[in-house]
Amino acid sequence: MPLILDLERAYNEARSDAGCDAELNDLLAHYAGRPSPLYYAQRLTEHLREVATKDGQTGGAKVYFKRDELNHTGSHKINNCLGQILLARRMGKTRIIAETGAGQHGVAVATVCARFGLPCEIFMGATDVERQKPNVFRMNLLGAKVHAVTSGAGTLKDAMNEALRDWVSNVENTYYIIGTAAGPHPYPELVRDFQSVIGNELRQQMMEREGRLPDTLVACIGGGSNAIGLFHPFLDDAEIEIYGVEAGGHGIDVPNGHAASMSGGSPGVLHGNRTFLLQNEDGQILEGHSISAGLDYPGVGPEHAWLKETGRVNYVPATDKEALTAFQLCTRLEGIIPALEPSHALAFVTKLAPTLPRDNLLVMNMCGRGDKDIFAVAGHLGMDI
Amino acid sequence: MTETRIDKRFQDLKAEGRPALVTFISAGDPDFETSKEILLGLPSAGADIIELGMPFSDPMADGPAIQESSIRALKAGQNMSKTLQLVSQFRQVDIKTPIVLMGYYNPIYVYGPERFLEAASKAGVDGLIVVDLPPEADDELCIPAMDHGINFIRLATPTTDSVRLPMVLKNTSGFLYYVSITGITGSKAPDVSKVHEHIERIKVRTNLPIAIGFGVKTGEQAKNIAKGANGVVVGSAIVNAIRDSLDTDGGATQKTVSRTLDVVKDLSRALTA
Ligand SMILES: Cc1ncc(COP(=O)(O)O)c(C=O)c1O
Repeated sequence: MPLILDLERAYNEARSDAGCDAELNDLLAHYAGRPSPLYYAQRLTEHLREVATKDGQTGGAKVYFKRDELNHTGSHKINNCLGQILLARRMGKTRIIAETGAGQHGVAVATVCARFGLPCEIFMGATDVERQKPNVFRMNLLGAKVHAVTSGAGTLKDAMNEALRDWVSNVENTYYIIGTAAGPHPYPELVRDFQSVIGNELRQQMMEREGRLPDTLVACIGGGSNAIGLFHPFLDDAEIEIYGVEAGGHGIDVPNGHAASMSGGSPGVLHGNRTFLLQNEDGQILEGHSISAGLDYPGVGPEHAWLKETGRVNYVPATDKEALTAFQLCTRLEGIIPALEPSHALAFVTKLAPTLPRDNLLVMNMCGRGDKDIFAVAGHLGMDI
Repeated sequence: MTETRIDKRFQDLKAEGRPALVTFISAGDPDFETSKEILLGLPSAGADIIELGMPFSDPMADGPAIQESSIRALKAGQNMSKTLQLVSQFRQVDIKTPIVLMGYYNPIYVYGPERFLEAASKAGVDGLIVVDLPPEADDELCIPAMDHGINFIRLATPTTDSVRLPMVLKNTSGFLYYVSITGITGSKAPDVSKVHEHIERIKVRTNLPIAIGFGVKTGEQAKNIAKGANGVVVGSAIVNAIRDSLDTDGGATQKTVSRTLDVVKDLSRALTA
């Protein structure tokens, strides 16, 4: 516990330090490539309007992408990693650890560690190490040591447990860069704040483009970091409709066949958070399933659980199949290969947009690029590359 | 709170002038029946207090030995109801040895905290250790547990400083569990002199008995560590004996119960010598 209290103290101090802010903003601009563009997806919009017309409707929202897939390392993960590594340095920590599922967060952590010259150890489930070899190689190139975690089923939650074990054992010199808006307090809040750059930029960009705020926001949910980063700056704008899209896997009626902890899980407590979990009737945590390794997390950050309970945000599932279809649609219509994670958000957009009026400004967070997924997608499409 | 079996046991041991041997096994490891046999054999093998793990899929505070033992139990079908059954079956033959249930909060939360405390109290549980419930969450389980006559035992660690210690001690009863190392169960052996130094600082603040655990594996270590404390907890070394006795499919063998109890006997002998 004292480790958590130390972190909280250091974070509160850093927050009120303008010098720290300036350094982060400089890195976000010149290292990560922010602000990420706000892009009007015209052909997708037109396509979805045709779909609406075929259904005898007149709608079809104007669809924008917030292009966080253009960030350095290919996803929103870098926003959080830059923030946390500055905090680690401030706290005088000399060793960095992290968990990773698909390897996106691991790559982002290894990247900032290389940039700051800090030794880095990444915990990754043994099953994932096998499934995500290119990212393991990337992390190694960047100088990180990757530990294959064999406990449990050897996937993301086991990697997170192992990172927590390492952290409590080596807290004197070690900082744990957690990859999503979950885990023990104050991580969910801290990660949210570092990811809120997404929503804050969007507010300004949309004012410049359209002279007003968006009407609808959509983001995919693993642990919930890209989503909370997009949503948080808009939560008080009550007229904005917000949707979080979970991994529906084979369908939320299939036992242990999805990773939709809010649509298909139940209330529980993990890592000190009261939240929604994939679990059995005895409170044992399940592994879950999703086509996208980044959404394959059995819980969700506590703030999303709260936003679900208050009804402020709508949480909906999209299946593996729907995500795969959306992945192909986006690639062909927009020339953007999305990661499988935002492909879930996109799958929901293809259902939602046709039901909304044409002047509805809908923004989807394109939180990652799909280069990492082409092998998996080829496999699912029955092709060998 | 009225006197519990734990309070009574520490008083008796004080009179005898020896430290408590606190032993840990996971309920249902490697299967319900074998686990029951081990449990029933523990008091005569020398266990003064029994910590019974409530198996959990994600034991973040545990090292490989206890993780594996938890998983063996879950694979064999252990769940919360069966763990409580194990305790009530033990109570039919032993009304003196305190049993402390140890684990993580989610299975209790899902079972229902109030329903759990009622069932635990009825089964004959004397104490609870829930590693992922900090003092900030005392209303959740700790205080209701006391209302059911169950001690809520909290962990202090080498990083528990003088600011934090009063919070940790506030609603702790039965005994204080001092974690001898910063880390997880089954880690490297603790530095005995450092441990004792810290214990002395804690003793100034509390009259509770203090048991020391994490990293204690041999009788020799147990004996040294127990000096200056009221008890010593051994877990990984015992569940490793279970593991080492299993057949290649992970099933119990003829030797499982005896080998496990032999480890406890050795520890007990070392402590009383
Ligand atoms: C591209 C991408 N999007 C989304 C996620 C899910 O995480 P979160 O819900 O925290 O944004 C991941 C996780 O690895 C990811 O790589």
